[in-house]
Amino acid sequence: MTQNGQERPVVLEARNITKRFPGVVANDNVSLKLYKGEVLALLGENGAGKSTLMNILYGLYHQDEGEIFVKGELVRITNPHESIARGIGMVHQHFQLVPVMTVTENIILGNEVTRGPFLNRKQAAERIRAISAQYNLAVDPDALVADLDVGAQQRVEIIKALYRNADILILDEPTAVLTPQEADDLVRVMRTLTAQGTSIIFITHKLREVLEVADRIIVLRSGKVVGETTPAQATEASLAAMMVGREVILKVEKQPARPGAIVLEVRGLRVRDDRQLLAVKGVDLEVRAGEILGIAGVQGNGQTELVAALTGLRPSEAGTIRIDGVDVTNATPRQISELGVAHIPEDRQRDGLVASYPLTDNSVLELYYLPPFARGIVRNDQAINEHCARLVKEFDVRTPGITVPASSLSGGNQQKLIVAREFSRQLKLLIAAQPTRGIDVGSIEFIHNQIVKKRDEGVAVLLVSAELDEILSLADRIAVMYHGQIVATVRNGELSREELGLLMAGATLDRSVSIEV
Amino acid sequence: MAQAATETGIRPSALRLFWDRWSGVLVPILAVFTALVVGAFIIGVTGADWQAAYIGLWEGAFGSPRAFADTVVRSTPFIICGLCVALAFKAGLFNIGAEGQLYAGAVASVVIGTTLQMPAIFHIPAALIAGALGGAAWAAIAGFLKARTGAHEVINTIMLNYIALRMTDWLIRSKTPYILGDPADTTGARSRLVAETARLPGIQVGSSTILHLGIPLALVLVFVVAWLLYRTTLGFEMRTAGTNPHAARYAGINVPRTIILAMAIAGSLAGIAGAIEVIGVRGALSADFFSGLGFDAIAVALLARANPVGIIFSGLLWGGLLTGARLMQVRASLSIDVIKIVQALIIMFVAADQIVRFIYRLPKRKPGEETQLSKGWGG
Repeated sequence: MTQNGQERPVVLEARNITKRFPGVVANDNVSLKLYKGEVLALLGENGAGKSTLMNILYGLYHQDEGEIFVKGELVRITNPHESIARGIGMVHQHFQLVPVMTVTENIILGNEVTRGPFLNRKQAAERIRAISAQYNLAVDPDALVADLDVGAQQRVEIIKALYRNADILILDEPTAVLTPQEADDLVRVMRTLTAQGTSIIFITHKLREVLEVADRIIVLRSGKVVGETTPAQATEASLAAMMVGREVILKVEKQPARPGAIVLEVRGLRVRDDRQLLAVKGVDLEVRAGEILGIAGVQGNGQTELVAALTGLRPSEAGTIRIDGVDVTNATPRQISELGVAHIPEDRQRDGLVASYPLTDNSVLELYYLPPFARGIVRNDQAINEHCARLVKEFDVRTPGITVPASSLSGGNQQKLIVAREFSRQLKLLIAAQPTRGIDVGSIEFIHNQIVKKRDEGVAVLLVSAELDEILSLADRIAVMYHGQIVATVRNGELSREELGLLMAGATLDRSVSIEV
Repeated sequence: MAQAATETGIRPSALRLFWDRWSGVLVPILAVFTALVVGAFIIGVTGADWQAAYIGLWEGAFGSPRAFADTVVRSTPFIICGLCVALAFKAGLFNIGAEGQLYAGAVASVVIGTTLQMPAIFHIPAALIAGALGGAAWAAIAGFLKARTGAHEVINTIMLNYIALRMTDWLIRSKTPYILGDPADTTGARSRLVAETARLPGIQVGSSTILHLGIPLALVLVFVVAWLLYRTTLGFEMRTAGTNPHAARYAGINVPRTIILAMAIAGSLAGIAGAIEVIGVRGALSADFFSGLGFDAIAVALLARANPVGIIFSGLLWGGLLTGARLMQVRASLSIDVIKIVQALIIMFVAADQIVRFIYRLPKRKPGEETQLSKGWGG
């Protein structure tokens, strides 16, 4: 897909867009053109201004300066209804679907086909089938959205936009929630769409996908366009360098692991989720000092509940958890933490930070009661401030000060603060859940190196990640989790990316996999 | 992402920075001002002279040492109960039960004050501690129900208010046998008088006003609550459990225990307020004693945005409005209900602060956090 887009008509153009938020210029004189039938990848770190720009194009924000042209016409888009009317559709990272409704109902929501006062579901379903056939977007119009897997829900979102006659699609981090196979399907869908004249803006920070699917690539950094290139001219390394403004080592440098004694030992663990369904169905695993065990799997296969049970945040129904030989099954989070267990939580906004608290309070979130941060029940603010200042410096947390609320930091810097806090005490076991989700390349590199450093200091690391690339670059051993069970445990390198992807999707491999315990 | 759709996009100017820093003070002040303006219209509509009314209100509340002393005495329970509501609020609990906790504390202090005999140096603290424990126990019921069963504290504290009020009524009015009631009081409307040794000492101002020891105690409590919330680990636990219970659990904080404790501490404050009214002002408890004080305390806390030091001022305002009402009534021949209307307007404007911001063209409050800046953009 390297056709020369320049000869085709421009369907969407942004000229000199500037958007300021208090204290920050989110978009600084940004210009871009989208040609008919192309995939334009918009690449950038968190906070680079990608989402702001797309929200301006979609009518959720309004630019302070600059102009937008849709199909050659100067427009002023003030709300999403207008952008939809002009053929711009957006698929958000978090789907905007109603789970208890059918696919058809979701798609026609807000745009109902009526016959008198009644819905004409049949006619709508016919149109959905037609769109689904035309663009090869397999989905059953009568299925309930709650019953669909993530890939199918995403197709529903795309059909929803096409149903409203969108010919410009904005896809915001569409692959973040997909298995490698589902991501490949999405790439095929994008090709079909562009072949039939739809133009796509594809927002991502995954370099591999950009090179695979884009026709042109625009890189944003700190609100500015820093470069425009094509997959033919670019490499992962050159794109990463453009994104962060310096060379980035994409492969984590690490020595072979020297595993020691068993630190975490889990036997027959069964855990229920919020709906009281069995989410972890008899998991056995062990992690030794000085090694990283990576748990690969598509989100929602029990990893969240597994980590919650290991850290004391969720009761386990059966089985045992031992840390350094101590039975901590159903122990409290504090008992577990005091054994030298650090937890980088999956949902940093919800669990890892108190958004309105200053960095200082967040830097002692679970250490606040211990000396030197408290004398008896009285807090020692000076010790807390010094501790926080040290973490901010050592972990390069970019912040105007230590008293600003955590919510004012970018995602990557919030995560660095959490990692800094978790690493700031004597550790035996590190449980890191999605440690780099949604953060920028520079921060990812830093956090990865810190995790490896802890491993080399003899800490046992349990890494849970939905990013197969992250597992592959960090883990010494890999356990694949599917439907609440560990379906395979292998040494890193024994299986290819594709084979692991198949296991993550629930398939069995033709050749036998050596399951080591 | 979509959360920040209401961003105003105003450049950070000096005005903006000033606003960010002072909006917590400006909005309540502007709300009070707006309420007074609207109140003036209402007074005008009733045919009275609004200027005379407001001058009367001011003089009645702050115009003379005597008036000011009255205001201070009247404000004291508002301040302490405001602290009660604010402390619970900081722990994420909406305590509607200050009224019931006042009665529970007052009853406990009446029991100690009427039955025990000991020197004042022990008797006064004993009566105050009894009040604190009574309020704490009453509030802890709602805290326990919330922590263990998830039952909402708003419902439970309201119900506990009714129970406390009716039980107090019965304790006082029961004649067979007399429990707290005073056989010497023919109306049967009040309890026995507490012993002189349990009465709070004070300075007499004018004929009927006594600036009692409860007033400095209220100020001490303001700083105790501020210290507890912001300088102790317990306060950190309460605020964390209130702000983000998920993070609190992650941090190893025992959230149910913290909820019960926060309710108990809050209740102890209301209980102390109840005890002070008994042993400091009237010497006895009557059934309609507090007549909504515990509910007004919610308004006092809200007006101060749950800031302990701010509660001194909102409590004084509340006490002042009530104290000045009498003179306002005389000067402008108004119904005292007008003051209630002004109070209601103040609360409306504080609660619906977007209206105040709109009237005075102030920046909109951003969703969630005023200081939250970065969540609106970025890939």
